[in-house]
Amino acid sequence: MADREIQAVRKELTQEEKDALVRELLNSIHAHHYGPDTAHIEVHGNKVVGTHLVPGLEVTSQELDDGVEVHIRLRSGVQLAQPVHFCFGVIPDHGTQRIISHTVIEKGASAKFMAHCTFPNAVEVTHVMQADIELESGASLDYFERHIHGPEGGVRLEPVTRVHVGEGARFHTEFELIKGNAGTIELDYQAECDADAVVDMMTRIFGRSSDRIHIREAAHLAGERSVGVLTSHIALKDRAEAQIDNEIVADAPWSRGHVDCKEIVQGEAKARAVPIVQVNDHRAHVTHEAAIGSVDSRQLETLMSRGLTEDEATDMIIEGLLS
Amino acid sequence: MTILSLEHVHLVREGRHILNDLSMDIWQGHVHAIIGPNGAGKSTIANTIMGLTGYRDITGDIRFEGESITNLSVSERAKRGITLVFQEPARFEGLPVMSFVLAGAREKTRAVFDKSLIMVGLDPDKYRSRAVDRTLSGGERKRIELASVYAMQPRLVIMDEPDSGVDIDSIPYIFEVIQELRQSGTTVMLITHSPEVLRQADHAFLVCAGRLVDKGSMQRMYNYFNGRCVPCSHVGCPDRELEEIPAFTNLEMQAGLEAANVRADKEVRNG
Repeated sequence: MADREIQAVRKELTQEEKDALVRELLNSIHAHHYGPDTAHIEVHGNKVVGTHLVPGLEVTSQELDDGVEVHIRLRSGVQLAQPVHFCFGVIPDHGTQRIISHTVIEKGASAKFMAHCTFPNAVEVTHVMQADIELESGASLDYFERHIHGPEGGVRLEPVTRVHVGEGARFHTEFELIKGNAGTIELDYQAECDADAVVDMMTRIFGRSSDRIHIREAAHLAGERSVGVLTSHIALKDRAEAQIDNEIVADAPWSRGHVDCKEIVQGEAKARAVPIVQVNDHRAHVTHEAAIGSVDSRQLETLMSRGLTEDEATDMIIEGLLS
Repeated sequence: MTILSLEHVHLVREGRHILNDLSMDIWQGHVHAIIGPNGAGKSTIANTIMGLTGYRDITGDIRFEGESITNLSVSERAKRGITLVFQEPARFEGLPVMSFVLAGAREKTRAVFDKSLIMVGLDPDKYRSRAVDRTLSGGERKRIELASVYAMQPRLVIMDEPDSGVDIDSIPYIFEVIQELRQSGTTVMLITHSPEVLRQADHAFLVCAGRLVDKGSMQRMYNYFNGRCVPCSHVGCPDRELEEIPAFTNLEMQAGLEAANVRADKEVRNG
């Protein structure tokens, strides 16, 4: 059954089949249509099944056996008013999707990318993302990646991203996996910052049942006055386990950095956080904070004194932390 | 009519009576104050009524609307209509103000949120999507706490030092909420040592070292508190106050007698 489904996505698709897959992908992320001024790209398995571009944004793609390779370029000075939506997904319960992406945001251009990764029926799905992102001087990119998984937890995620943030450029990324079981996550983001560059990375994950989560975020502040902020907020319950290794290395004068790891553990869950800060110039300054524990009792009792049960109050606190 | 009664409540920690045979009746629809010096047990009374962790292992009984609530959880007490405004309200990273304010409200609508925020003098549009986190000032956080209580419309609200840690501009709004809650039928208990807050009450209980020392009208208790409790001459030892300090008087007399005898002996020796 599973093999047949993988074969099904490897054959050539008719336009009707592509349209049906686009509808199914969008339904799974509760999106139905985009306006004409909004760029969007839908990828199912190894097929680009839908594309709509706007002036200044160039996207080319190539099918691979197990995914797609995509080249994205935003032309110099172009500032996209609407976010560009990417929808990556595998609708069947088994399969592998490898996305290799090369993104260039040219000088002075700015955009917001919203990637929706949806595996609503996953029992044994692997999603590999190998991304390199080049932000030229003065460019800006907000990259928001939201994962929607089913209840089975049968997803293995390997998002690996390398970013070069040019002089005066700004890169903000958020990785969110709150709905459904995370499965196994091996996230590895690394950023290299030139002078006056800003990198801000955040992960927000809710791990359940026997999920295994490993986060590695790293920023190298190589340019003067560059800024790096790495934030990981993880909530774990049942037997889920997480390890966070976040690292900032500041080599340049007047560079600033902060590492923030917060993890809430419940039940038999386990968490480990290793914030690493390294400063190689006395004019740089990097700080870190890490907190792992159960839900704060004062927060809990405040909400319970409004009539919420302990479980309801816990969910509300975690929802806030991960929002 | 009594809405809440504490009956011979004792709370002992490490051999020390935090609450010592405390009994009091709270009348429905009134504003009551619990006053006393620092460390008297005022906040302990609030936490015990709410049933917070560390304040549940009591002897005696707490009855709400005629039924014992001593063995109920915080949530169950809140569901019966009791709530507490903490002296230092908790901060919640990422939790939107709107979700927090409506957490205990029966009607979780934007109209209720807007009305509650306006009641405490905050613009709903400016706070709807803000978080109940460290970006709020002490005054803003306190007002949002009160807005959440107003949205809940409880039967009994206990406010622990409602003016603590707030800016002067926030205080009139806090007092307005107290009076508004009273008018809508909510019973209010104010935990305070502030004369300004005490004036919002109809009645007051004076506690010292976990014991009830006196009770009465706000004005009488205000005079009593200011006249005999500020400054306190018997920190942590209300027995002297309760028993018209006879032991203290006897001691004084005995000490004075001994001093007189010493002087007399000295005079005899000196001829």
